Amino acid sequence: MASDSGSENSRASSSAKAAAGDALTVEQAIAYLKGSDLSLRVYAAWWLGRFRINDDHAVAALIDALADEDDRTVAGGYPLRRNAARALGKLGDQKAVSALVDSLGCSDFYVREAAAQALEMLGNQKSVPRLIQLLKNEVPGTQPSPEQPIMIQPYDALIEALGTLGAVEAKALIASFLDHPVERVQYAAARSLYQIASDTQEAQQYGDRLIQALSHQKLQLRRAALADLAAIGYLPAAKAIAETLAENSLKLIALKGLLEKELQQSDTNQLSHESIQVMQLMDTLL
Amino acid sequence: MQNQPVSSLIQAVEQASSPLDLLKAVRALAAARHPEAIPTLLEVLGFNNPGAAVAAVEGLTVLGAEAVPPLLKQLDDHNYGARAWAIRALANIGDPRSLAVLLDAATADFALSVRRAAARGLGNLDWSQMAEAEVPAAQAQAVTALLQVTHDAEWIVRYAAVVGLQSLAQRLHPAEKEAQRQRIQQRLAQLVEADPVASIQARSQLALSELGMQ
Repeated sequence: MASDSGSENSRASSSAKAAAGDALTVEQAIAYLKGSDLSLRVYAAWWLGRFRINDDHAVAALIDALADEDDRTVAGGYPLRRNAARALGKLGDQKAVSALVDSLGCSDFYVREAAAQALEMLGNQKSVPRLIQLLKNEVPGTQPSPEQPIMIQPYDALIEALGTLGAVEAKALIASFLDHPVERVQYAAARSLYQIASDTQEAQQYGDRLIQALSHQKLQLRRAALADLAAIGYLPAAKAIAETLAENSLKLIALKGLLEKELQQSDTNQLSHESIQVMQLMDTLL
Repeated sequence: MQNQPVSSLIQAVEQASSPLDLLKAVRALAAARHPEAIPTLLEVLGFNNPGAAVAAVEGLTVLGAEAVPPLLKQLDDHNYGARAWAIRALANIGDPRSLAVLLDAATADFALSVRRAAARGLGNLDWSQMAEAEVPAAQAQAVTALLQVTHDAEWIVRYAAVVGLQSLAQRLHPAEKEAQRQRIQQRLAQLVEADPVASIQARSQLALSELGMQ
């Protein structure tokens, strides 16, 4: 999923960075974003998100960039729109919500993916109906992923957004993805169902499913499960995380997710027994 | 397997034809715990095979002091990947002869996994192996470096610095103990209050409590 976007970022940052210099000012970035040099526009959009430039003019220019028609890839993608959507997620300004909801109808798979991720970060319930519609493939004109045609929609991003937004009404729909042929999508469904479960027991069954995924043969999928467990902060996974075969750096990030969820939930200043256990596991991975 | 001579275990590593074969051969060689295995284990650190490198680091770790001079020498080489693994092995072994190298790696290496391992290693040194007269000054230096590392931009490096400070505080020489403990306590208390990452606040709080500083 990152391959296309990854090359696009490095393209933007190698050619445009040389022109722009490493350090931009906010005014420059906004000017580049509105300018005519396409690679500078893509770079400026990335830059505004990277440095979280929460400025009214920047937000407005990025929202305009979501409708860009100038920058197209050979396959018909919209690089500038993708970067603009990603940046808007990071800036956290609710003014971007309706334009991002519109972007869920874009023909470019990666624009829809970036928009869903941004809407998840913005945490605004207003996007739920459109996310559900897209998950059901009911938005005309949306093209599948160029690399993986089985992914007609960015299912994992849509499902994760619905989970974070607490879209209980989508429960049955999300559950239908637990058997999706792409494992990453199954994990997204488990993660999301964990978040919208009605009780702890129900949640646990989905958390445990992600623990099982930590013993998947493919490293890439173990990594995906680590990220999902970190996102939900599923405490019973701590030991399995420490023991799975993956880079220590990723395990440490996952355990940090668990620890911080636990810290949030305990109201006292006293460290809980569980927090201390997670930290002891982290210590062994340094 | 157990009684195979080291030379044939070494040969198996050299002749391994697939990554999996290599991993198995390195594990067997590491398990032999034989000093003659050291040059081969060092070589494996440079193979760009993470599984095999982990096994080699473990093998060097159990060999301990004997592996330290060749590991320090290895750092002169220009293979960056091997350097990172060698730092990890030195951090595990905790021989104070690696102090200078760990100080440098913790504060100045560009790879965060190296800074992280070196910070942990500074807390893991076995000071009884150093001439006693040199210990107070060396420890003061290690504390200074780790305090600096608690300002690292990467949360995990700061985390490792807190872990390093905690375990260093438990090994301080009586001559400097109070002075160094005070510096450590002060910084940990600051981190509890002001580090932007909740995990660092919590780990600093745990360190203070385990050091009886609360």
